[in-house]
Amino acid sequence: MKFDTIIIGGGLSGLVAGIELLRKGQRCLIVSSGQSALHFFSGSLELCGTEEDPLNAIRGLESSHPYSRLGADRVEALAAKVQPFLSELGLHFKGDVRKNHWRMTPLGVMKRAWLTLDEFASFQDPETMPWKKVAIINIDGFLDFHTSYIAASLEEKGVECSVSGISLPQLDKLRENPTEMRSTNISKVLTGDIIGTLAARINERIDGADAVLMPAVVGLTGCSDVVRLKELVDRPLHFLPTLPPSVPGIRMQLMLKRHFQKQGGIYMLGDSVVSGTFVDGRLKSVRTVNHEDTEFEADNFILASGSFFSKGLVATQNGVVEPVFGLDVDAVSDRKEWYDRNMFNAQPYMKFGVSTDSEFRVRRDGNTVTNLYAAGAVLSGFNPIKEGSGAGVSVLTAFGVVENILTATGGVER
Amino acid sequence: MSSGQEFDVIIIGGGITGAGTARDCAMRGLKTLLLERKDLTSGATGRNHGLLHSGARYAVTDQESAQECIRENMILRKIARHCVEETDGLFITLPEDDLAFQGTFIDACLKAGIRAEAIDPKVAIRMEPSVNPSLIGAVKVPDGAVDPFRLTVANALDARIHGAQVLKDMEVVGFLKEGDRVVGVEAYDHSSKEKKSFRSRLVINAGGIWGHHIAALAGATVNMFPAKGALLIFGHRVNNLVINRCRKPADADILVPGDTISLIGTTSSRLPYDEIDNMKVTADEVDLLLREGQKLAPELAHTRILRAYAGVRPLVAADNDPTGRSISRGIVCLDHETRDGIPGFITITGGKLMTYRLMAEWATDLACKKLGVDKTCRTAQVPLPGSEEIRKKKNVKFEDLGQKAAFGRHGARAEKIQSKDKYDDSLVCECEGVSIAEVNYAIETLDARNITNLRRRTRLGMGTCQGELCACRAAGLLSKANGCARESVTDLAGFMNERWKGMFPVAWGETMSEAQFTSWIYEGVCGLDAFSEKSE
Repeated sequence: MKFDTIIIGGGLSGLVAGIELLRKGQRCLIVSSGQSALHFFSGSLELCGTEEDPLNAIRGLESSHPYSRLGADRVEALAAKVQPFLSELGLHFKGDVRKNHWRMTPLGVMKRAWLTLDEFASFQDPETMPWKKVAIINIDGFLDFHTSYIAASLEEKGVECSVSGISLPQLDKLRENPTEMRSTNISKVLTGDIIGTLAARINERIDGADAVLMPAVVGLTGCSDVVRLKELVDRPLHFLPTLPPSVPGIRMQLMLKRHFQKQGGIYMLGDSVVSGTFVDGRLKSVRTVNHEDTEFEADNFILASGSFFSKGLVATQNGVVEPVFGLDVDAVSDRKEWYDRNMFNAQPYMKFGVSTDSEFRVRRDGNTVTNLYAAGAVLSGFNPIKEGSGAGVSVLTAFGVVENILTATGGVER
Repeated sequence: MSSGQEFDVIIIGGGITGAGTARDCAMRGLKTLLLERKDLTSGATGRNHGLLHSGARYAVTDQESAQECIRENMILRKIARHCVEETDGLFITLPEDDLAFQGTFIDACLKAGIRAEAIDPKVAIRMEPSVNPSLIGAVKVPDGAVDPFRLTVANALDARIHGAQVLKDMEVVGFLKEGDRVVGVEAYDHSSKEKKSFRSRLVINAGGIWGHHIAALAGATVNMFPAKGALLIFGHRVNNLVINRCRKPADADILVPGDTISLIGTTSSRLPYDEIDNMKVTADEVDLLLREGQKLAPELAHTRILRAYAGVRPLVAADNDPTGRSISRGIVCLDHETRDGIPGFITITGGKLMTYRLMAEWATDLACKKLGVDKTCRTAQVPLPGSEEIRKKKNVKFEDLGQKAAFGRHGARAEKIQSKDKYDDSLVCECEGVSIAEVNYAIETLDARNITNLRRRTRLGMGTCQGELCACRAAGLLSKANGCARESVTDLAGFMNERWKGMFPVAWGETMSEAQFTSWIYEGVCGLDAFSEKSE
């Protein structure tokens, strides 16, 4: 089978690249092993969270950082595309590329964010809250969201909080199995007609509050339940993130995937690339676990396979490897140097990734593979957690790589 | 602040020795107080193999220890059945070992009263399929597994049932004296952040390796020999029989199954005394444990490692042996009145997990003699709470995973874990099957105040995911029980950091994936770093 571009990895980076390439008229295949970082999405995308102005922060990063290698001007231009791009897919975010806002974590901590889903709570200032009184409402028995943390944080900021729980008979079925009270399972119940009942229960508990806060357990497969619930609740309703799995994250992945498929892309879910055939410094074709007799050929390839938890990188007792093609990696070889003893200090291993040239083309045995590009978390040189840059690097390097491919194939100019 | 009452005996140290001694003292009617500076089992008790020694390991080099072991082994099977797994063990001879040693070994075992039986290597492979198939000899012995957390908690619980007081977070910082006589202790309460004093007729130092420092506070010198032993925990139960090497004791030659996991250990190295609270497992130790462990069970090469940890052998320094192995694990019970001229002070040390009950008996015998109490020891006959016969079998329902798992952990006491409403059966920790009801039982009955306490009492966070989601759920339940959100989040940050310290020495493969995922959740999504202690 022959494609214009084959993308390895169906997370945020791979899907954004795939959709963008389809728009430029390419034939695309995505091979996805399944879960991605979107499964623990916080509701917000981060560009760079180290200071108020993310673009300014990016100018101060070291030269090996993916943003620095894109260049600050190109980062700014690509970042401006993101909100409209997502909006067109029905994923509506709020935010300003010149000024980070704040989101509230499941522990009540304030963190900087670039774009936050419309239905989520967001703040212009970490200490000044837009409400005098809020109703914080959880689903009874849901352990992955703790109202007490949210209330403690808001009360410190001078907001009066009322905390309550909702129990619906339809949720009792879940409780029969002790492992079922998880966000995604709840969202499968809280859909359709029950949204009206849920809204009524919420309204009974508003008790003079200016706004209602609840965990993001509605809208697994689309936005309609969220929209309807917001309409029916008598006060502004804002969602807060839960522990994983992330309902809005899974929805986002589903919506991106659906769009990709609707535009004619082929998405092979639950499959993984196991090997490639290299000819004259180019990747000619790949093989997958599920289609071992088929050679998937393409002019270009994008490796968007993620970091260690997505198995895009694999650490062994003696070193770090890229497991599909055995690509060159930027990593310290001595295991003793991978870690900091304090979990909350910067961990050196976080910056490990595949080694690439200025066009984000990977290297194999020291030689550039001229048609294999890397995007997202598999890249080296950045610490997404410490910098608050995970989503930004994923999306912007995906856009960047697409431009590079189009330039190289004479498609479209930058 | 001073507590008005006077105790007969204060026991310092909430490890297995202290908890066992508290139980024995309380059962003999002494008014007993147990003080622990952190949590039950937080020292060496919580950092060992969990091996129910048959004594075979010591038979050739130390008959006395071997005999003590096999006697206590048989006693624990009766009194602590919910803490013990009667797995049996193998001592295997590999091609590189001397098969002639097997005869010496079996003779020494039989002499000590240990049922040791040479078996055909082929039979050994059938009994234990994970064993190295190139073995040339095998001996079956009555080794087993014992859960030191459960055992200690059961002893402390029984001490309380018999009227003892057990206080955690209470660090002894000095002694009350009248002349040379010890008449109590001064302690710093880490919960309330204040100094307290407690008066008693006798003080028993059961501080393990920390007993060196405690004895010094009382004006006595007990030289401890800190020998560090590192171990690895594997992600699933590789073997069902304990596997040992049939040779003189050496590094990494015991593989013990315990609950859902297997453990390989140990190394042995000298440790400066000032590092006993801050032990690190090095990459070299990890590599050695893996290399040697694979000789016992080759499958370990492909088994995920959950974490690495190290404990300190509390040996009383005797000679200049650099390995700490040829020293007898013998029990040392010191009467400081006759030894150092300090009346009212006793130290019980040496020994090992296996002989804790005997150590407690010796210390309590001496205490009773000094206090003029004529009561005999019954700890070898009376079962620990949880190990009683279950009379009302009908009431123990095994309807779901959480209830089954709880029964395994708390024995007959699982009957006391009652679901109050329909939410209480929900699992907090999916890896180990810990329900809300069990967490609440541990909070209310077993004095669990933080996540680490809960881990030691329920196995929460000890499974494959190492607390990935359950730690946060548990923090939420504690926050509800204690009514303090900020404290529970700070506790969560500390707990996750402790888990990390055991993970990073073995963080490659799946463990690396899990570690990175955990950082994403707790720092990236939750912002837990805001609550971490910056001092390190």
